[in-house]
Amino acid sequence: MEKGKLQAYWKTNLSYLIALLVVWFVVSFGFGILLVDQLNAIHVGGFKLGFWFAQQGSIYTFVVLIFVYVALMNRLDKKYDVRED
Amino acid sequence: MDVQNWTYTIVGITFLIYIAIAIWAKAGSTKEFYVAGGGVPPVLNGMATAADWMSAASFISMAGLISFMGYDGSVYLMGWTGGYVLLALLLAPYLRKFGKFTVPDFVGDRYYSNAARTVAIICAIFVSFTYVAGQMRGVGVVFSRFLEVDINTGIIIGMCIVFFYAVLGGMKGITYTQVAQFCVLIFAYMVPAIFISMLIAGTPIPQIGFGSELVDGGGFLLDRLNGLHEELGFASYTDGSKPMIDVFFITFALMVGTAGLPHVIVRFFTVPKVRDARISAGWALIFISLLYTTAPAIAAFARYNLINTVSNQQYSELPSWFNTWEGTGLLAWADKNGDGAIQYVKGDPFVGKPAFTGETGELGQRLLSNEATVDNANELYIDRDIIVLANPEIAKLPAWVIALVAAGGLAAALSTAAGLLLVISTSIAHDLIKKQLNPNISEKSELLSARIAVAIAIVIAGYFGINPPGFVAQVVAFAFGLAAASFFPVIILGIFSKRMNKEGAIAGMLTGIIFTAAYIIYFKFVNPGMNKPEFWLFGISPEGIGTLGMLINFAVSFVVSRLTPAPPQEIQELVDSLRYPKGAGEASAH
Repeated sequence: MEKGKLQAYWKTNLSYLIALLVVWFVVSFGFGILLVDQLNAIHVGGFKLGFWFAQQGSIYTFVVLIFVYVALMNRLDKKYDVRED
Repeated sequence: MDVQNWTYTIVGITFLIYIAIAIWAKAGSTKEFYVAGGGVPPVLNGMATAADWMSAASFISMAGLISFMGYDGSVYLMGWTGGYVLLALLLAPYLRKFGKFTVPDFVGDRYYSNAARTVAIICAIFVSFTYVAGQMRGVGVVFSRFLEVDINTGIIIGMCIVFFYAVLGGMKGITYTQVAQFCVLIFAYMVPAIFISMLIAGTPIPQIGFGSELVDGGGFLLDRLNGLHEELGFASYTDGSKPMIDVFFITFALMVGTAGLPHVIVRFFTVPKVRDARISAGWALIFISLLYTTAPAIAAFARYNLINTVSNQQYSELPSWFNTWEGTGLLAWADKNGDGAIQYVKGDPFVGKPAFTGETGELGQRLLSNEATVDNANELYIDRDIIVLANPEIAKLPAWVIALVAAGGLAAALSTAAGLLLVISTSIAHDLIKKQLNPNISEKSELLSARIAVAIAIVIAGYFGINPPGFVAQVVAFAFGLAAASFFPVIILGIFSKRMNKEGAIAGMLTGIIFTAAYIIYFKFVNPGMNKPEFWLFGISPEGIGTLGMLINFAVSFVVSRLTPAPPQEIQELVDSLRYPKGAGEASAH
């Protein structure tokens, strides 16, 4: 395959990575640690929100992030014809 | 049936299953032995990875740690799950495309250097041995408490079981056994949690239960817990007491360390395709998060139950589990004010770990020879490992649930031990003997040496389990810190930077490891008295210093690689080939 196309594939991959890692950082280090005191002012049921992100929400988000990445990459692999048979 | 008979029955059945699987999945080639032939379906691989990852520490200790640390315990929850995002996005697919057996393989080939390969082998073996000693100990603890055999006999039984299926089946046997072990351990973890959530919060879902109102009408569980903590002088359960910078650095080090651990990474060599590597990380994390989102619920329930059961209660009126656990030495009571009731407040009840005199007091409590502390009124010593193991008893659950927890603890410890032993034997037979010492070794002899290496590793691990070095707990920080400061940057840069060369990688690994190791050794071994926040660099504890080591590694690698020649053309082409899934091929030796 020509070089330009492969470079475009790699660039798109990198942009997905950056976007997903930003979310990864925000839910865990952002909501769960750096902003925990501010978010703890908000109550959802019996949970303080910051505490919930640190012990529950961040983990659920991690799972979703991986599956979103898998879906995005499967589509991208097909589009650029680098998918394994 | 009583607890004892239930335990024998359930543990016996699970062991028979593991052995049957081992016989069925006997490995015939080195490829089957190292990476299960590269043909494990992603969902099963995810399950096996989860069992491999969740050790005796996750199963037995983690909920207990969180129970005593409250919010601060979040470092383990986020740290030990968030790493899988890094694995799935930044490592697994590319390493699968690379298509060899081990992390040292990657480091050695990508950096065209046997020196780099050797550093990687040493790190892999060190990290794995550290871990495996702890697992063997976990096996011993479970055996001694639930089967009432001697702790050493327990370890030897555990060694025989692991020996059988690791030596015979290699990665193939281990992977399929781990699938069974995952089912056992998650069932054993969830059942008591669901029961207790029903009892305390009235909902069968523990993840919701610990944010719900108490069944007895005392308001929200977490609010009530904060209230109790305030009354007894503990830090607020939902706020914790660690400085924010330390929480940040520890979480980061655990995440990056997870993504850099050789026994986790090797899992992604066992699937058939690059896209399978991506999704298996996702499956693994789903299975892991079942336990990891339940753990904080168990922690909160157990904390509430514990305080309610013991605080200001007469010793003579306590339930029988209290006495049973006193017998293990994990629980002790010193009646400092002589009122016959248990005062449980902040502070150490006495100096050091409990030392029993062998006599019992007039109420039946085991007497201690420790010097009592005078600066606080606390009278209760609780080892955090009790929380998960005694939880079903504290909540008065049926005998078979208690037996199930024993089988679950064993499954967690054995599955992790087996995975680690395999990394050790692969490092020796493949990386060291085949790649460095005797490249002409035949397939058959390599397989034989891998089996011998596993056998020797099991014996050494068992020895450490029976004679635990006092520093097992401390060296866990080492394992994660070193993985974070060495493997992670080297692999990431090897994939994402074509310009990274061997000079940069070696300089980065060495500075990262030396800095991290020196910091941990200084505070943990040389000068433990100084291990306090006011002496730490930027307020970062030894547990979190791997993060800084990683940053140093990245910086040094970058600078050195720019001052030295670019890597050869064929290496740049190798990096290019890693980036595109097509033509990943099978995992192969060459």
